[in-house]
Amino acid sequence: MKAVFKQTQGMLPVSTSYCPGCTHGVAHRIIMETLDEMGLLGKAIGVAPIGCSVVAHQFMNVDMCESAHGRAPAVATAIRRVHPDRIVYTYQGDGDLASIGMAEIVHAAARGEKFSTFFINNGIYGMTGGQMAPTTLIGQRATTCVDGRTREQAGMPLKICELLATLDGPAYIERVALNSPAHIRKAKKAVRRAFEIQQEGKGFTFVELLSTCPTNWGLTPPKAMEWLEENMIPYYPLGVFREPEVK
Amino acid sequence: MARKFKVVFDRERCKGCELCKSFCPKKIIEMDTQVNAKGYCPAMITEQEKCIGCQSCATVCPDCAIEIFEEEE
Ligand SMILES: Cc1ncc(C[n+]2csc(CCOP(=O)(O)OP(=O)(O)O)c2C)c(N)n1
Ligand code: SF4
Ligand code: SF4
Repeated sequence: MKAVFKQTQGMLPVSTSYCPGCTHGVAHRIIMETLDEMGLLGKAIGVAPIGCSVVAHQFMNVDMCESAHGRAPAVATAIRRVHPDRIVYTYQGDGDLASIGMAEIVHAAARGEKFSTFFINNGIYGMTGGQMAPTTLIGQRATTCVDGRTREQAGMPLKICELLATLDGPAYIERVALNSPAHIRKAKKAVRRAFEIQQEGKGFTFVELLSTCPTNWGLTPPKAMEWLEENMIPYYPLGVFREPEVK
Repeated sequence: MARKFKVVFDRERCKGCELCKSFCPKKIIEMDTQVNAKGYCPAMITEQEKCIGCQSCATVCPDCAIEIFEEEE
């Protein structure tokens, strides 16, 4: 018997702390599979955020560093500048990156820092129990907008790829989704592209991964995958927002 | 000869989320009625011979609980 789908050495052989069906697990696996396939597990340094993935270092089989809430891009900037031969990435949720950490991500992107950011957009604060995030959709319920987000009260949800694409620094920006096998395969290609461009030293690379939080959305994992397709993708279109060639 | 695949589930790593079951095009994944040590009803394959090796289940599994093998001729 030959293995056609083998689990990657990039994930440690432990059970994660994520809820059943949470796509944080899928995001972890495709990033670590990619590093494994590129032979970079010994060379990569990850920076974990605050949020449900605060303990990503217990699951990802690479050197990792924890950062204060939202400050992963600043930590990654330092690591990549001191170790230009390493492959450095941040892994951040939407509360972490788009609320408290907005300044850090914008300035790291503007400076064209040569690390990669994987932005897990699940439209909610997962870890703290489902509060509204800057990415919560209009009409979407959260514990801090129980009748659904309104434009009057909270403004429109932030489109981070589009926002960062106004800057000169980024070399590569793409938005992908984790809600089906086909989308996950595409997402993995984007992860690989980000690491390749980083290896070439071309500048800042950013991949937004539309994700689910079945627990705080109050949906079963399969229903959450459908909800993402029907509600998130129309507002957050998938695609490439910046390529090295067209920069 | 038709290709033959074997899907292997890690019962203890599975959290019973049912994503593999919902994305299997052949509808041959079901949940066990016996719980694992964590208290989840883990996924299992019912009709192995119908598997087409598409890897949809392993691709969506958030818990690295699925491996797929192919029988060599
Ligand atoms: C300085 C600071 N402010 C607030 C918090 C509380 N807090 C912890 S995680 C979190 C948001 C997490 O949401 P997100 O980044 O979307 O990640 P998820 O849990 O959804 O993966 C907040 C506000 C904190 N830990 N530190
Ligand atoms: S609370 Fe949401 S984001 Fe956090 S582990 Fe659970 S499902 Fe995932
Ligand atoms: S997708 Fe993975 S964790 Fe979820 S039920 Fe299937 S084997 Fe278990």
